[in-house]
Amino acid sequence: MAVIDLANPTRFLTLVDRVLPWLAGATALVFAYGLYRVAGAPDDYQQGATVKIMFLHVPGAWLGMMGWGVMTVAALGTLVWRHPLADVAGKAAAPIGAAFTFICLVTGSLWGRPMWGTYWVWDARLTSVLVLFLLYLGMLALYWTAEDPNRSSRAAAILALVGAVNIPIIKFSVDWWNTLHQPASVVRMGGTAIDTSILVPLLIMALAFTLLFFTLHFAAMRNEILRRRVRSMRMMQAQHA
Amino acid sequence: MRTDLIDLRLAGKDLACERGGRLVFSGLNFSVSGGEALVVTGRNGAGKSSLLRLIAGLLRKAGGQLGITGGDDEATVGEQSHYLGHLDAVKPSLSVGENLQFWATYLGAPRGAPIGPALEAVDLAQLSDLPAAYLSAGQRRRLSIARLVAVARPVWLLDEPTSALDSASQDRLAELMRKHRASGGMIVAAAHGPIGLDEPRELKLGVMG
Amino acid sequence: MTAFLALLLRDMRLAMRVGGGALMGALFYFIMVAMTPFAVGPDLNLLTRIGPAMLWLGALLASLLALDRLFATDHDDGSLDLLMMGALPLELAVAAKAIAHWLTTALPLIVITPVLGLMLNVELSAMGWVALTLLAGTPALTFIGLIGAALAVALRRGGLLLAVLVLPLTIPVLIFGVAAANAAIVGPAPFGPPFTVLCALSLASLVLGPFAAAAALRQGLE
Repeated sequence: MAVIDLANPTRFLTLVDRVLPWLAGATALVFAYGLYRVAGAPDDYQQGATVKIMFLHVPGAWLGMMGWGVMTVAALGTLVWRHPLADVAGKAAAPIGAAFTFICLVTGSLWGRPMWGTYWVWDARLTSVLVLFLLYLGMLALYWTAEDPNRSSRAAAILALVGAVNIPIIKFSVDWWNTLHQPASVVRMGGTAIDTSILVPLLIMALAFTLLFFTLHFAAMRNEILRRRVRSMRMMQAQHA
Repeated sequence: MRTDLIDLRLAGKDLACERGGRLVFSGLNFSVSGGEALVVTGRNGAGKSSLLRLIAGLLRKAGGQLGITGGDDEATVGEQSHYLGHLDAVKPSLSVGENLQFWATYLGAPRGAPIGPALEAVDLAQLSDLPAAYLSAGQRRRLSIARLVAVARPVWLLDEPTSALDSASQDRLAELMRKHRASGGMIVAAAHGPIGLDEPRELKLGVMG
Repeated sequence: MTAFLALLLRDMRLAMRVGGGALMGALFYFIMVAMTPFAVGPDLNLLTRIGPAMLWLGALLASLLALDRLFATDHDDGSLDLLMMGALPLELAVAAKAIAHWLTTALPLIVITPVLGLMLNVELSAMGWVALTLLAGTPALTFIGLIGAALAVALRRGGLLLAVLVLPLTIPVLIFGVAAANAAIVGPAPFGPPFTVLCALSLASLVLGPFAAAAALRQGLE
């Protein structure tokens, strides 16, 4: 099936209906296997079992960043190629990316409690994730403010691109800000080499998270397409009354 | 026919209006009784809209007296009037029904009175659940007019009521105005052309200079 | 009373629909407080000390900036005219709008305050007290801001004018709010006296705000 076929929302809907159950099933399977492997992974000699929060925390961060990546590609699709599904993809990705970022923040905070003795430390990595979360909130606020999808799509695309350009700069600034104020006693995750007994479950969990992301993303895109159809049908109803 | 409204009389004596330091009109006298309609005419800037807003209590009068007799003595003129201005007072994010229901409750429709008949009267009943954002200008205008039907108030103050209305809607409005007068209500309207009132009296503004 | 409730519910509904302002205040508050450490540095002891002040400043700005459009939207679409023609006294109509605004803007802000407390290294138990001071003090902010919102509509101007008009009036609220919050977190001064004054300020503005705002709206009749 060529990409151009997918431009047709109806085709896309049939495809989603066919793919979604498989995708959801695969997600559940990989999650089950991943959690099994996580349970088998060794405890940290200092942190004990709490280290296992990492298996949620790290994939959460990755997927949070990937969410913005999806939005950036979608933004290019909206602005450059004017692909009819691009805006739908971008809009659907925003709350999901925000949710993964939120998971990363919450787990980071819970992990920090036994490690630092407090729920929150302004450590460079965690702070960068927080800033990403703030950017996501701005994006959600933008979608929330405009009811008309035609009006919000361009604005959201521009904001996504501006964010994509700015994220590295923000990351750099936060790192610099953090080292300026004496680096807090942060435990560096991993270091030079991660043992395979940790790395393999981590990668499996990352795969599970990625599958979950796309399952949710496809479902959200389908919902958004249907929502827009309902909207245009109701507008037609108003016109022909 | 509601006889209790027949001996109603809205009268202004020696009214003056000032806007932004400019005297719009002064020494204006008029009176309308139940069942009557008064059409206010005049060139642009003569103060037609200002007079309506003044009667509604939305503009302070610079002089003179304004009063309504034979109605509810407790209520002000504004509280006994409906004002249909250039703006429709319709919230786009509420549904058509929610918009009307709110104004009906707020402006004092009897508790539990359904809004269906009022929507029916302006032919919007089947759009009741739609967000008002989807309405055209004419439909929003009709929703605004539905308010006059949903809440019974003796005085209707209509500022260019037929603007944005197609001819079918104009006919419907004419019918509503006829019913309102037949039940003893009165109408003061600002208009440039005919708006479908039977035998209206005319008040020409701006002739005294 | 039915008219009062109808207006209250309408404004809450508008705030929660698409394009409404509910949660926007809480969002602003969150971002503003989260940005403080970038300005003052991530030193946790310092953050604990200035935490209550930052939370209160954030709540102050969030409440006031969100008030900007309170009457302006009703004025622009003609609703304000009709609100004045109801049997409900304008003072009560104005109060209904303010209460709706407080419920949709200030209340979410208070709910997320404990989370922000964690980021400023304030203990969870102490955060309860800080949230309580906000609960007691934000009605004062809303009802004082109400006057500014009405004046802004009467003068046909918005935006920062409102903040300029109103911010000086909120100084007492800020003083006693932060004093009560600090007393709860670090002591040693007792919590009771500043908190009582804070409640008194809220009750006073609950009465004064609607009258002043209604007078300002009537003044602006044109």
